[in-house]
Amino acid sequence: MKENPNPLSFQARINPDDFLPASNEEKQSLVIMRESVSFWKDGVRRFRKNKVAMVSLVIVIIIMLFSFVVPAFYPYSYEQQIRGSEHLAPMEYSEEEQARMDNGEHVFPHILGTDKHGRDYAIRVMMGSRVSLIVGLVAAAIILIVGSVFGSIAAFFGGWVDIIMMRIVDIIYTIPDILLIVLLSFALKAPLEQLSQAPGFGWIQVLGRNLISIFIVFALLYWGGMARMVRSQILTLKESEYVTAARALGASNARIIKKHLLTNCIGTLIVTTTLQIPSSIFTESFLSFLGIGVAVPMPSLGSLASDAINGFNTFPYLLFIPAVLISLIILSFNLLGDGLRDAFDPKMKN
Amino acid sequence: MVKYILKRLGMAVVTVWLVATLTFFLMNMVPGGPFLSEKAVSPKALKALEAKYGLDKPLFEQYLTYMGDAVHGDFGDSLKQRGRTVSGIITSKFPVSARLGGMAVLVAFCIGVPLGCISALNRGKIGDNIIIVIATCGIAVPSFVICTMLMYVFGVRLGWLPTLGLSTWKHYIMPVLALAFYPTAYITRLMRSSMLDVLGQDYMRTAKAKGLNQMVSLFKHALRNAILPIVTYMGPLLAYTVTGSFIVEKIFTIPGLGSEFIGSITNRDYTVIMGTTIFLATLMVFMNVVVDIVYKLVDPRIKLK
Repeated sequence: MKENPNPLSFQARINPDDFLPASNEEKQSLVIMRESVSFWKDGVRRFRKNKVAMVSLVIVIIIMLFSFVVPAFYPYSYEQQIRGSEHLAPMEYSEEEQARMDNGEHVFPHILGTDKHGRDYAIRVMMGSRVSLIVGLVAAAIILIVGSVFGSIAAFFGGWVDIIMMRIVDIIYTIPDILLIVLLSFALKAPLEQLSQAPGFGWIQVLGRNLISIFIVFALLYWGGMARMVRSQILTLKESEYVTAARALGASNARIIKKHLLTNCIGTLIVTTTLQIPSSIFTESFLSFLGIGVAVPMPSLGSLASDAINGFNTFPYLLFIPAVLISLIILSFNLLGDGLRDAFDPKMKN
Repeated sequence: MVKYILKRLGMAVVTVWLVATLTFFLMNMVPGGPFLSEKAVSPKALKALEAKYGLDKPLFEQYLTYMGDAVHGDFGDSLKQRGRTVSGIITSKFPVSARLGGMAVLVAFCIGVPLGCISALNRGKIGDNIIIVIATCGIAVPSFVICTMLMYVFGVRLGWLPTLGLSTWKHYIMPVLALAFYPTAYITRLMRSSMLDVLGQDYMRTAKAKGLNQMVSLFKHALRNAILPIVTYMGPLLAYTVTGSFIVEKIFTIPGLGSEFIGSITNRDYTVIMGTTIFLATLMVFMNVVVDIVYKLVDPRIKLK
């Protein structure tokens, strides 16, 4: 463009060449060569590059296979007490089993030995991790739902509603959680027992009453962190420039929520939920240690570990196996969550 | 400032009152009672016991009486441990837990902060990776596992440390380590990420560009800013740890407040539950107020509202 001879002149100096139709060459430069990378594709691509996260994902899948698929084919069951084979060391056979093997029969080895009731420890550990994983996953789902609904309502309405709702979160934080857990598990005992007798609620007995009350406890107590996070996310997102820009361009509320608020929230939501799983497993193992976890003979990793503490000096492996497994599960979920955050949190891109 | 502190304290009192009220009614709503578990209590004796402690009155009247007494500093007698007042129980058990917890927090702070700094300063090198792996594992191991492992290795196998009770300084080592394990790992991770954040700031580059001594820039600029998130974490941590961990106290048989509290819940010792809950809630809320004020003092960017 030519230099404007008189800088104070308001007359527009327009170069007529700028308004010629574009040539084919010029049009070529605007053609999109590669498909644009969507939010999810970009995240998945970054997640795949993260070796630590991929390894922990593989570990989680292997543990899930062992706890959900393998028990179906396993020759022993978790409650089956084999007489005469109490307290076997790993890969050891009882006299009776030895005799059967001498007769040419095939006896499946007790890979991890047996416990004091003669129950195969390997299947108990597998069932235990199944229970722990179920607790972790269901509790995380409950917390996700309750927390995000509560948090988004508080953020959406704002003002007094927000203040009161957040105060409630503070108070729930302040009550010692162990008190509520113990009281609730006492309080829920009778109603749940009654409910499980009612038609249509037979599944309560399958799942175990204690497991249900653990879920209720999680639903009542541990959503505070999630609610706070969702609230602060929505509060900042609501005020962000691109939402204002979208509104200025005439986007509908539905489109803003779907395209901007949700996509920006969901990364953090997934991550927080993933990180919630290990902490729920942690809490469940603590409850089992106190004796208010899942009901016998159903094992969980926490109850296996706490049962093993008594005979610890003689049979240390009974403690080490579930303890290492709890730590492994929690560790891999933590690393998986960290990896997801690095991949999906828009703020972590750099 | 004074107005802010007063407002926060007022809110803290309201919170504690709400927690106490909630606990009181929840506790009484749950079926069962303090005297039901005792065997061979005749209905007449039960009536007499309930009359003695005022448990036969309507719930709301009980609540008013309790709150009135509590405001005057009288938390009543224990229902289960005959002849002991709740305040007596708390004042005798709390110091034990507080000493252990205080030491554990100190250990966690003194190990976690330097480790986090070292890790951040050597980002991506071997030292950083080792520290991160250890810290991540530290967060993943439940405390009862750590307790039993410590006990097995140092108490049983090596025989270096005594396992039960709290009579000599040697008795403190294992419980303090067990208590400090998780916070140390957590503080290390927190310190590392906040230090990395600060090291990437413009003022750090400016400090380097104007030729400031590396040590001075590290301690004067980086550390003072990076430690802020730790301060926030320290408040609730201190409140939690000082009140005692049930698991650590149970495994090492330490007569602390944590095991007393759990015991009172399972025994339905109503007055002890209420007293301890109010004590814990007060400590917790007060710590949060202190943290907010300290935060303001160390970080001039934050304005008190």
